[in-house]
Amino acid sequence: MSPNLFLVVLLGISALAYRQGKKKAFASVTEKSQRLHSLPNYYGVLTALWCFIPAILIFLLWQLFSDFILTGIAMQDVFANTPHLSPAEQNLLINDMRNMVAGVVSRVDANPLVEQAVERYLNIRVISHMALGVIMLIAALIPGCWIYTRIKPEFRARNHVEQIVEILLILCSTVAILTTVGIVLSVLFESIRFFQQVPLWDFLFGLKWSPQMAIRADQAGSSGSFGAVPVFAGTFMISGIALAVAVPIGLMSAIYLSEYAGKKLRAVVKPLLEILAGVPTVVYGFFAALVVAPLIRDMGLTMGMSVSSESALAAGLVMGIMIIPFVSSLSDDVINAVPQSLRDGSYGLGATKSETIKNVIIPAALPGIVGSILLAASRAIGETMIVVMAAGLSANLTANPLEAVTTVTVQIVTLLVGDQEFDSPKTLAAFALGLLLFVTTLMLNVVALYVVRKYREEYE
Amino acid sequence: MAMDTVIDMADTFGVGKQVHEQEVTKALSREDDSQTVGAPFVDAPRMVCRDVNVYYGEKQAISNVSLDVAEHEVLAMIGPSGCGKSTFLRCLNRMNDTVDICRVTGEILLDGRNIYDKSVDVVPLRAQVGMVFQKPNPFPKSIFENVAYGPKIHGLTNSRFELQDIVEDSLKKAGLWDEVSDRLDQPGTGLSGGQQQRLCIARAVAVRPEVILMDEPCSALDPIATATVEDLITELREHYTIVIVTHNMQQAARISQRTAYFHLGRLIEVNPTDQVFTNPRHRLTEDYITGRFG
Repeated sequence: MSPNLFLVVLLGISALAYRQGKKKAFASVTEKSQRLHSLPNYYGVLTALWCFIPAILIFLLWQLFSDFILTGIAMQDVFANTPHLSPAEQNLLINDMRNMVAGVVSRVDANPLVEQAVERYLNIRVISHMALGVIMLIAALIPGCWIYTRIKPEFRARNHVEQIVEILLILCSTVAILTTVGIVLSVLFESIRFFQQVPLWDFLFGLKWSPQMAIRADQAGSSGSFGAVPVFAGTFMISGIALAVAVPIGLMSAIYLSEYAGKKLRAVVKPLLEILAGVPTVVYGFFAALVVAPLIRDMGLTMGMSVSSESALAAGLVMGIMIIPFVSSLSDDVINAVPQSLRDGSYGLGATKSETIKNVIIPAALPGIVGSILLAASRAIGETMIVVMAAGLSANLTANPLEAVTTVTVQIVTLLVGDQEFDSPKTLAAFALGLLLFVTTLMLNVVALYVVRKYREEYE
Repeated sequence: MAMDTVIDMADTFGVGKQVHEQEVTKALSREDDSQTVGAPFVDAPRMVCRDVNVYYGEKQAISNVSLDVAEHEVLAMIGPSGCGKSTFLRCLNRMNDTVDICRVTGEILLDGRNIYDKSVDVVPLRAQVGMVFQKPNPFPKSIFENVAYGPKIHGLTNSRFELQDIVEDSLKKAGLWDEVSDRLDQPGTGLSGGQQQRLCIARAVAVRPEVILMDEPCSALDPIATATVEDLITELREHYTIVIVTHNMQQAARISQRTAYFHLGRLIEVNPTDQVFTNPRHRLTEDYITGRFG
């Protein structure tokens, strides 16, 4: 019997519980003067939930821990007979056994002890499945029956159901928060390891980024220097160029769409603009590398400037195009949300359309517009593919957008791609960069929130 | 045989003629009915409306309204919901232009000039004919900026001092100065409903309009704030011509000199306010003001 079958049975039991609970709620009303406290559905739902939730919890716990426990029991003998194994060797044996259980590895020529363990594992797994089935059945029936006996007309089933739903909602939001915390912690721990080898000061304010290190002691090579300044300068330059492209174009197209364009035109143009956001970044990347970068180089040459074939300008321009829909679409929505009464008020005073837009609508929509720009900025800072293909990998500290630069994300990718050793600062530097990037964007968000709060103009 | 037939025919025609005459009289009386009762026209009018029709798409919202607005009067427009009085009001400064499907025919003259003429720019027109709306709609700016908004966009001032003067003057005219003089930099949206509406009136006054249109300016206000705004309207009459739409008949009786009664897009009766409320000439007006419907 497969545990997945239990789930189907459990669903069946819950459905039955729903029906019975509802039935009993109806039946419990005997006198005419009596009324059910809640709608009959709630009694059914509550009974079903009391069946379903305890059983499904047990099922999930079993899924999480069963393998661990079963392996432990199965390997007991093996480890008892060979006490001198190192943890690594123990792991090896455990993997052997697992592979055999899964049938990936043939059981011929296996260590007899391990083979025994496999037999044992399979045996207790069958037993555990049966046990699981019985326990789930009990866990479903006992609470279900208990709540079933409590159904009376005055029983507040709706309030109970609402409580359960509320707990569910809390759990869902906790998942998101815990994931964020987990990501931060994982980056943080690796970063701490990095900063044990490279001083924090050198990382934050060093002007040279060259993570190549000698792997062996006798290898001739650079000693590795981890100054994050050039990398961050590249990130900010490219993001800055991208925003300089996207904010004016996006904002103005938003204003056109919401204030000037007719309904039909808007219905066509807005989805078209949003398609820009759906183009894969790789496609933007080769557009930047194959079309825009050569174009800029040729134009530079005709003007007598030396332009490298990979430039911050090319990457920034294309990235700007990519984030236009973030600005335009969201800004369009917030501008549309500005109440018509404000527009009427302004027109009623003899303001022209442009005066109304400049003086009333944009200020009223500012928080939303800033929000859309922030979203676009975080997209730009986090963007990798376009930069890899169009801006290059060399960490130049330069203010000239015509030179090749690199960004934080690109460096993280190059540091982590391929076989890496996780005790070298070269690899760990990626996590430190990630952490610093995270802190930077966080600060950006905080500043923007402050700006929005300060200049917010409430209209309701 | 033939003679008989002829006589028969003559009879038939005779009868037919009588029926026809009856129908014509009925139609005539109906036409009479559709004509506005009372005195819609005045000597030396400020605004003149002739045969104004308004359509929302296919639907006709206003039919054949002719009405004059005299200088320095308060003209109240009353009528049941959906009778077109707000629509008509919004025609007077072309606010209906912002509604795509709205179409206006007929003539509306301001000082002898048709405001729907192609040569007329709506921007100065709206500065001349200001508007106060049903729901207070202060801009999300400070109190000062709210009032200064109009003068600024019309370039009425050359210096900060002049602007301050205009703002102070307008707020005083709107009876709001004493309440807000110490917090002009606070947001206008933070005021109470009645104060917000007076701020909107100050905002309209600051542009120095000649006519002020008010679309149920007190419907969102409590009785005390309403009284303040009504006093204000009475004072404003010295300098401005005011057209006000109201659902409140007592209000119309208190503040207006003439009252126009609208019904289903038609202008039924226009007369001096006293007369409309004491001795209405049209049956529909009487039914409405005595509360038989509406």
